Amino acid sequence: MRTDDLIKALDADARSTAMPLGSAWWIGAGAATLIAAVVFWLAIGPRTDIATAIHTMRFLAKFVFTMALAVSAFALSRALSTPGASTSRRAAWMIAAPLLVAVAVVLELFSVPAADWGRRLVGSNMLICLTFIPLIGIGPLAIFLAVLRYGAPTRPVLAGAVAGLLAGGLAATFYAAHCFDDSPLFVATWYTIAIAILGALGALGGRLFVRW
Amino acid sequence: MTGKDEAELSRLMQAAIAGDEKAYADFLRRTAALVRGFIRRKIVQGGVDPEDVVQETLLAIHVKRHTWRQDLPVLPWVYAIARFKLIDAFRRRGRRVEIEIDEIAETFAEPEAETVSGRDINRALDGLPPAQRSVVSSVSVEGRSIGETAAKFGISETAVRVSLHRGLAAIAKRFAAKQFGRE
Repeated sequence: MRTDDLIKALDADARSTAMPLGSAWWIGAGAATLIAAVVFWLAIGPRTDIATAIHTMRFLAKFVFTMALAVSAFALSRALSTPGASTSRRAAWMIAAPLLVAVAVVLELFSVPAADWGRRLVGSNMLICLTFIPLIGIGPLAIFLAVLRYGAPTRPVLAGAVAGLLAGGLAATFYAAHCFDDSPLFVATWYTIAIAILGALGALGGRLFVRW
Repeated sequence: MTGKDEAELSRLMQAAIAGDEKAYADFLRRTAALVRGFIRRKIVQGGVDPEDVVQETLLAIHVKRHTWRQDLPVLPWVYAIARFKLIDAFRRRGRRVEIEIDEIAETFAEPEAETVSGRDINRALDGLPPAQRSVVSSVSVEGRSIGETAAKFGISETAVRVSLHRGLAAIAKRFAAKQFGRE
Protein backbone atom coordinates (compact mmCIF):
# COMPACT_ATOMS: atom_id res chain seq x y z
CA MET A 1 0.00 0.00 0.00
CA ARG A 2 1.35 3.39 -0.95
CA THR A 3 1.33 6.15 1.62
CA ASP A 4 -1.06 8.14 -0.57
CA ASP A 5 -3.47 5.20 -0.46
CA LEU A 6 -3.21 5.05 3.32
CA ILE A 7 -4.00 8.76 3.47
CA LYS A 8 -7.16 8.14 1.45
CA ALA A 9 -8.29 5.59 4.02
CA LEU A 10 -7.44 7.84 6.98
CA ASP A 11 -9.24 10.74 5.36
CA ALA A 12 -12.34 8.61 4.74
CA ASP A 13 -12.30 7.84 8.47
CA ALA A 14 -12.01 11.54 9.41
CA ARG A 15 -15.55 11.71 10.74
CA SER A 16 -14.93 9.21 13.50
CA THR A 17 -14.24 11.26 16.58
CA ALA A 18 -12.97 10.47 20.04
CA MET A 19 -13.23 12.32 23.33
CA PRO A 20 -10.37 14.79 23.88
CA LEU A 21 -7.67 13.35 26.13
CA GLY A 22 -8.08 16.23 28.61
CA SER A 23 -11.70 15.24 29.24
CA ALA A 24 -10.69 11.58 29.60
CA TRP A 25 -8.28 12.57 32.37
CA TRP A 26 -10.99 14.39 34.32
CA ILE A 27 -13.45 11.53 33.93
CA GLY A 28 -10.71 9.12 34.97
CA ALA A 29 -9.91 11.23 38.02
CA GLY A 30 -13.58 11.29 39.01
CA ALA A 31 -14.00 7.54 38.60
CA ALA A 32 -10.75 6.83 40.44
CA THR A 33 -11.81 9.03 43.37
CA LEU A 34 -15.15 7.26 43.51
CA ILE A 35 -13.53 3.81 43.56
CA ALA A 36 -11.02 4.88 46.20
CA ALA A 37 -13.85 6.29 48.33
CA VAL A 38 -15.93 3.11 48.07
CA VAL A 39 -13.00 0.81 48.92
CA PHE A 40 -12.04 3.10 51.79
CA TRP A 41 -15.52 3.11 53.31
CA LEU A 42 -16.05 -0.62 52.86
CA ALA A 43 -12.61 -1.66 54.09
CA ILE A 44 -11.67 0.70 56.92
CA GLY A 45 -13.59 3.99 57.13
CA PRO A 46 -12.48 7.11 58.97
CA ARG A 47 -11.07 6.97 62.50
CA THR A 48 -13.61 7.27 65.29
CA ASP A 49 -12.18 10.45 66.79
CA ILE A 50 -12.04 12.32 63.50
CA ALA A 51 -14.14 15.20 64.90
CA THR A 52 -11.40 16.10 67.33
CA ALA A 53 -8.53 15.07 65.07
CA ILE A 54 -9.40 17.67 62.43
CA HIS A 55 -8.45 20.37 64.92
CA THR A 56 -4.86 19.18 65.13
CA MET A 57 -2.10 20.41 62.85
CA ARG A 58 -0.45 17.02 62.38
CA PHE A 59 -3.65 15.38 61.19
CA LEU A 60 -4.43 18.16 58.71
CA ALA A 61 -0.84 18.28 57.47
CA LYS A 62 -1.18 14.71 56.18
CA PHE A 63 -3.82 15.85 53.72
CA VAL A 64 -1.65 18.71 52.56
CA PHE A 65 1.16 16.25 51.72
CA THR A 66 -1.00 13.67 49.98
CA MET A 67 -3.05 16.19 48.03
CA ALA A 68 0.07 18.05 46.94
CA LEU A 69 1.35 14.75 45.56
CA ALA A 70 -1.95 13.91 43.86
CA VAL A 71 -2.31 17.33 42.22
CA SER A 72 1.28 17.54 40.98
CA ALA A 73 1.23 13.92 39.72
CA PHE A 74 -2.08 14.54 37.95
CA ALA A 75 -0.66 17.53 36.08
CA LEU A 76 2.50 15.62 35.12
CA SER A 77 0.58 12.51 34.03
CA ARG A 78 -1.53 14.62 31.71
CA ALA A 79 1.55 16.20 30.13
CA LEU A 80 3.33 12.84 29.81
CA SER A 81 0.37 11.38 27.93
CA THR A 82 0.44 14.14 25.32
CA PRO A 83 3.19 13.85 22.67
CA GLY A 84 5.39 16.92 22.45
CA ALA A 85 3.96 18.59 25.58
CA SER A 86 6.62 20.18 27.74
CA THR A 87 6.98 18.35 31.03
CA SER A 88 9.91 20.01 32.80
CA ARG A 89 7.93 22.56 34.78
CA ARG A 90 5.33 20.05 35.85
CA ALA A 91 8.09 17.59 36.75
CA ALA A 92 9.66 20.25 38.96
CA TRP A 93 6.38 20.58 40.87
CA MET A 94 6.69 16.93 41.88
CA ILE A 95 9.23 18.08 44.46
CA ALA A 96 6.49 19.98 46.37
CA ALA A 97 5.10 17.04 48.34
CA PRO A 98 8.49 15.57 49.40
CA LEU A 99 9.65 19.07 50.34
CA LEU A 100 6.61 19.71 52.53
CA VAL A 101 7.13 16.36 54.25
CA ALA A 102 10.81 17.12 54.78
CA VAL A 103 10.00 20.47 56.39
CA ALA A 104 7.41 18.80 58.64
CA VAL A 105 9.93 16.12 59.65
CA VAL A 106 12.46 18.77 60.67
CA LEU A 107 9.81 20.64 62.69
CA GLU A 108 8.79 17.37 64.33
CA LEU A 109 12.37 16.55 65.28
CA PHE A 110 12.65 19.95 66.95
CA SER A 111 9.34 19.77 68.79
CA VAL A 112 9.51 16.18 70.05
CA PRO A 113 12.17 14.83 72.45
CA ALA A 114 14.62 12.40 70.86
CA ALA A 115 13.41 9.58 73.11
CA ASP A 116 10.03 9.73 71.40
CA TRP A 117 11.30 9.69 67.80
CA GLY A 118 11.42 5.92 67.49
CA ARG A 119 7.94 5.37 68.89
CA ARG A 120 6.47 7.97 66.58
CA LEU A 121 8.25 6.61 63.54
CA VAL A 122 7.13 3.03 64.11
CA GLY A 123 3.62 4.15 65.03
CA SER A 124 0.76 1.82 65.79
CA ASN A 125 -0.42 0.54 62.42
CA MET A 126 2.29 0.57 59.81
CA LEU A 127 1.21 -2.80 58.41
CA ILE A 128 -2.31 -1.49 57.94
CA CYS A 129 -0.80 1.53 56.18
CA LEU A 130 1.34 -0.66 53.91
CA THR A 131 -1.69 -2.81 53.12
CA PHE A 132 -4.48 -0.32 52.64
CA ILE A 133 -2.78 2.46 50.69
CA PRO A 134 -1.92 0.02 47.86
CA LEU A 135 -5.32 -1.66 48.22
CA ILE A 136 -7.23 1.63 47.93
CA GLY A 137 -4.91 2.78 45.15
CA ILE A 138 -4.90 -0.27 42.88
CA GLY A 139 -8.32 0.45 41.33
CA PRO A 140 -7.45 4.08 40.60
CA LEU A 141 -4.10 2.95 39.16
CA ALA A 142 -5.90 0.64 36.73
CA ILE A 143 -8.07 3.56 35.62
CA PHE A 144 -5.10 5.89 35.20
CA LEU A 145 -3.23 3.27 33.16
CA ALA A 146 -6.30 2.95 30.95
CA VAL A 147 -6.29 6.74 30.42
CA LEU A 148 -2.56 6.59 29.58
CA ARG A 149 -3.36 3.91 27.02
CA TYR A 150 -6.05 6.13 25.59
CA GLY A 151 -3.43 8.88 25.36
CA ALA A 152 -0.06 8.61 23.66
CA PRO A 153 2.79 8.62 26.20
CA THR A 154 6.16 8.61 24.46
CA ARG A 155 7.77 7.42 27.72
CA PRO A 156 5.32 4.73 28.89
CA VAL A 157 7.34 3.46 31.87
CA LEU A 158 7.85 6.93 33.31
CA ALA A 159 4.22 7.85 32.64
CA GLY A 160 3.11 4.65 34.36
CA ALA A 161 5.28 5.39 37.40
CA VAL A 162 3.84 8.90 37.73
CA ALA A 163 0.32 7.47 37.35
CA GLY A 164 1.25 5.13 40.23
CA LEU A 165 2.27 8.11 42.35
CA LEU A 166 -1.00 9.79 41.44
CA ALA A 167 -2.95 6.71 42.55
CA GLY A 168 -0.77 6.65 45.69
CA GLY A 169 -1.47 10.30 46.50
CA LEU A 170 -5.19 9.74 46.04
CA ALA A 171 -5.24 6.54 48.12
CA ALA A 172 -3.13 8.11 50.87
CA THR A 173 -5.52 11.07 51.06
CA PHE A 174 -8.32 8.67 51.98
CA TYR A 175 -6.16 6.48 54.17
CA ALA A 176 -4.97 9.52 56.15
CA ALA A 177 -8.54 9.92 57.46
CA HIS A 178 -8.32 6.44 58.98
CA CYS A 179 -4.77 6.42 60.26
CA PHE A 180 -4.09 7.28 63.92
CA ASP A 181 -0.41 7.95 63.32
CA ASP A 182 -0.17 11.64 62.52
CA SER A 183 3.53 12.20 63.14
CA PRO A 184 5.44 13.39 60.05
CA LEU A 185 8.06 10.77 60.99
CA PHE A 186 5.48 8.03 60.40
CA VAL A 187 4.13 9.64 57.25
CA ALA A 188 7.58 10.21 55.76
CA THR A 189 8.46 6.54 56.25
CA TRP A 190 5.41 4.34 55.76
CA TYR A 191 3.28 6.46 53.46
CA THR A 192 6.32 6.87 51.23
CA ILE A 193 6.93 3.13 51.05
CA ALA A 194 3.25 2.40 50.39
CA ILE A 195 3.08 5.04 47.64
CA ALA A 196 6.36 3.82 46.15
CA ILE A 197 4.82 0.34 45.81
CA LEU A 198 2.08 1.86 43.67
CA GLY A 199 4.69 3.84 41.71
CA ALA A 200 6.56 0.62 40.94
CA LEU A 201 3.35 -1.16 39.94
CA GLY A 202 2.53 1.79 37.71
CA ALA A 203 5.92 1.61 35.99
CA LEU A 204 5.41 -2.10 35.39
CA GLY A 205 1.89 -1.48 34.10
CA GLY A 206 3.22 1.24 31.81
CA ARG A 207 5.73 -1.17 30.37
CA LEU A 208 3.29 -4.03 29.88
CA PHE A 209 0.00 -2.37 28.96
CA VAL A 210 0.64 1.11 27.61
CA ARG A 211 1.38 0.33 23.97
CA TRP A 212 0.25 2.39 21.03
CA MET B 1 9.89 27.66 6.87
CA THR B 2 8.99 25.71 9.97
CA GLY B 3 6.99 28.65 11.32
CA LYS B 4 4.94 28.73 8.15
CA ASP B 5 4.43 24.95 8.25
CA GLU B 6 3.30 25.24 11.85
CA ALA B 7 0.70 27.92 11.18
CA GLU B 8 -0.60 26.14 8.09
CA LEU B 9 -0.74 22.66 9.64
CA SER B 10 -2.38 23.96 12.82
CA ARG B 11 -5.06 25.66 10.74
CA LEU B 12 -5.64 22.52 8.64
CA MET B 13 -5.86 20.25 11.68
CA GLN B 14 -8.30 22.59 13.41
CA ALA B 15 -10.45 22.64 10.28
CA ALA B 16 -10.20 18.85 10.08
CA ILE B 17 -11.37 18.44 13.66
CA ALA B 18 -14.27 20.77 12.86
CA GLY B 19 -15.28 18.29 10.14
CA ASP B 20 -13.51 19.55 7.00
CA GLU B 21 -12.37 16.34 5.23
CA LYS B 22 -10.45 18.16 2.53
CA ALA B 23 -8.42 19.97 5.18
CA TYR B 24 -7.66 16.65 6.82
CA ALA B 25 -6.35 15.13 3.57
CA ASP B 26 -4.16 18.22 3.05
CA PHE B 27 -2.92 17.99 6.61
CA LEU B 28 -2.00 14.32 6.22
CA ARG B 29 -0.21 14.82 2.89
CA ARG B 30 1.88 17.71 4.15
CA THR B 31 2.57 15.97 7.43
CA ALA B 32 3.62 12.81 5.56
CA ALA B 33 6.15 14.79 3.53
CA LEU B 34 7.63 16.45 6.62
CA VAL B 35 7.75 13.22 8.60
CA ARG B 36 9.38 11.47 5.64
CA GLY B 37 12.15 14.07 5.60
CA PHE B 38 12.63 13.69 9.34
CA ILE B 39 12.68 9.86 9.28
CA ARG B 40 15.01 9.58 6.28
CA ARG B 41 17.57 11.80 7.92
CA LYS B 42 17.43 9.75 11.10
CA ILE B 43 17.82 6.34 9.46
CA VAL B 44 21.43 6.17 8.40
CA GLN B 45 22.02 2.46 8.64
CA GLY B 46 19.83 -0.09 6.85
CA GLY B 47 17.30 -2.53 8.21
CA VAL B 48 14.41 -0.10 8.63
CA ASP B 49 12.41 1.10 5.65
CA PRO B 50 11.69 4.82 6.18
CA GLU B 51 8.33 4.61 4.41
CA ASP B 52 7.15 1.92 6.86
CA VAL B 53 7.84 4.31 9.71
CA VAL B 54 6.11 7.16 7.87
CA GLN B 55 3.01 5.00 7.50
CA GLU B 56 3.07 3.88 11.12
CA THR B 57 3.41 7.50 12.18
CA LEU B 58 0.44 8.59 10.05
CA LEU B 59 -1.70 5.82 11.51
CA ALA B 60 -0.68 6.79 15.04
CA ILE B 61 -1.41 10.45 14.29
CA HIS B 62 -4.83 9.41 13.05
CA VAL B 63 -5.88 7.14 15.92
CA LYS B 64 -4.36 9.48 18.53
CA ARG B 65 -5.51 12.81 17.13
CA HIS B 66 -7.65 13.36 20.22
CA THR B 67 -4.39 13.84 22.15
CA TRP B 68 -3.57 17.05 20.33
CA ARG B 69 -4.63 20.13 22.26
CA GLN B 70 -5.72 22.92 19.95
CA ASP B 71 -3.97 25.55 22.04
CA LEU B 72 -0.59 23.85 21.56
CA PRO B 73 1.56 23.88 18.39
CA VAL B 74 0.98 20.87 16.16
CA LEU B 75 4.49 20.21 14.83
CA PRO B 76 6.10 19.23 18.18
CA TRP B 77 3.18 16.83 18.60
CA VAL B 78 3.72 15.35 15.12
CA TYR B 79 7.48 14.97 15.57
CA ALA B 80 7.13 13.46 19.05
CA ILE B 81 4.90 10.76 17.56
CA ALA B 82 7.27 10.24 14.61
CA ARG B 83 10.24 9.96 16.95
CA PHE B 84 8.40 7.46 19.16
CA LYS B 85 7.48 5.33 16.16
CA LEU B 86 11.02 5.49 14.80
CA ILE B 87 12.55 4.36 18.09
CA ASP B 88 9.92 1.63 18.22
CA ALA B 89 10.85 0.46 14.71
CA PHE B 90 14.51 0.15 15.67
CA ARG B 91 13.72 -1.53 18.95
CA ARG B 92 11.60 -4.16 17.26
CA ARG B 93 14.61 -5.03 15.18
CA GLY B 94 16.75 -5.29 18.26
CA ARG B 95 18.58 -1.99 17.92
CA ARG B 96 18.82 0.94 20.26
CA VAL B 97 18.75 4.48 18.96
CA GLU B 98 18.97 7.91 20.46
CA ILE B 99 17.41 10.71 18.50
CA GLU B 100 17.81 14.39 19.13
CA ILE B 101 14.42 16.05 19.01
CA ASP B 102 15.81 19.57 18.61
CA GLU B 103 17.05 18.83 15.12
CA ILE B 104 13.55 18.91 13.72
CA ALA B 105 13.89 22.53 12.64
CA GLU B 106 16.15 21.40 9.78
CA THR B 107 13.65 18.94 8.41
CA PHE B 108 12.43 19.40 4.87
CA ALA B 109 9.50 17.82 3.13
CA GLU B 110 10.25 14.91 0.80
CA PRO B 111 8.14 13.06 -1.76
CA GLU B 112 7.34 9.36 -1.46
CA ALA B 113 9.69 6.89 -3.15
CA GLU B 114 8.55 4.12 -5.51
CA THR B 115 6.17 1.57 -4.06
CA VAL B 116 7.68 -1.39 -2.30
CA SER B 117 5.48 -4.47 -2.21
CA GLY B 118 6.80 -5.82 1.11
CA ARG B 119 5.40 -3.05 3.27
CA ASP B 120 4.65 -3.75 6.92
CA ILE B 121 1.20 -2.28 6.40
CA ASN B 122 0.37 -4.89 3.76
CA ARG B 123 1.12 -7.66 6.24
CA ALA B 124 -0.99 -5.89 8.86
CA LEU B 125 -3.78 -5.55 6.31
CA ASP B 126 -3.60 -9.25 5.49
CA GLY B 127 -4.10 -10.03 9.16
CA LEU B 128 -7.48 -8.28 9.31
CA PRO B 129 -10.82 -10.12 9.26
CA PRO B 130 -11.98 -10.41 5.61
CA ALA B 131 -14.81 -7.84 5.87
CA GLN B 132 -12.54 -5.15 7.31
CA ARG B 133 -9.73 -6.00 4.93
CA SER B 134 -11.86 -5.68 1.81
CA VAL B 135 -13.32 -2.35 2.97
CA VAL B 136 -9.93 -0.87 3.87
CA SER B 137 -8.46 -2.07 0.54
CA SER B 138 -11.40 -0.67 -1.38
CA VAL B 139 -11.09 2.79 0.16
CA SER B 140 -7.29 2.94 0.06
CA VAL B 141 -5.58 0.91 -2.69
CA GLU B 142 -8.60 0.78 -5.00
CA GLY B 143 -9.42 4.43 -4.34
CA ARG B 144 -13.20 4.10 -3.95
CA SER B 145 -15.31 6.49 -1.93
CA ILE B 146 -17.38 5.37 1.05
CA GLY B 147 -20.50 5.40 -1.14
CA GLU B 148 -18.88 3.40 -3.95
CA THR B 149 -17.57 0.87 -1.47
CA ALA B 150 -21.02 0.48 0.07
CA ALA B 151 -22.52 -0.12 -3.39
CA LYS B 152 -19.80 -2.62 -4.32
CA PHE B 153 -20.34 -4.81 -1.26
CA GLY B 154 -24.08 -4.18 -0.99
CA ILE B 155 -23.88 -2.86 2.58
CA SER B 156 -24.82 0.47 4.15
CA GLU B 157 -22.43 3.44 4.26
CA THR B 158 -22.54 3.24 8.05
CA ALA B 159 -21.35 -0.36 7.91
CA VAL B 160 -18.50 0.71 5.60
CA ARG B 161 -17.49 3.46 8.01
CA VAL B 162 -17.56 1.09 10.97
CA SER B 163 -15.47 -1.55 9.17
CA LEU B 164 -13.01 1.07 7.97
CA HIS B 165 -12.64 2.58 11.42
CA ARG B 166 -12.20 -0.80 13.11
CA GLY B 167 -9.80 -1.98 10.44
CA LEU B 168 -7.56 1.08 10.76
CA ALA B 169 -7.62 0.84 14.55
CA ALA B 170 -6.67 -2.84 14.32
CA ILE B 171 -3.74 -2.09 12.01
CA ALA B 172 -2.52 0.63 14.37
CA LYS B 173 -2.83 -1.76 17.31
CA ARG B 174 -0.91 -4.42 15.43
CA PHE B 175 1.93 -1.98 14.85
CA ALA B 176 1.98 -1.27 18.56
CA ALA B 177 2.25 -4.94 19.53
CA LYS B 178 5.68 -6.00 20.65
CA GLN B 179 6.10 -9.02 18.44
CA PHE B 180 5.19 -7.32 15.21
CA GLY B 181 7.94 -7.48 12.59
CA ARG B 182 9.61 -10.49 14.16
CA GLU B 183 7.49 -13.11 12.46
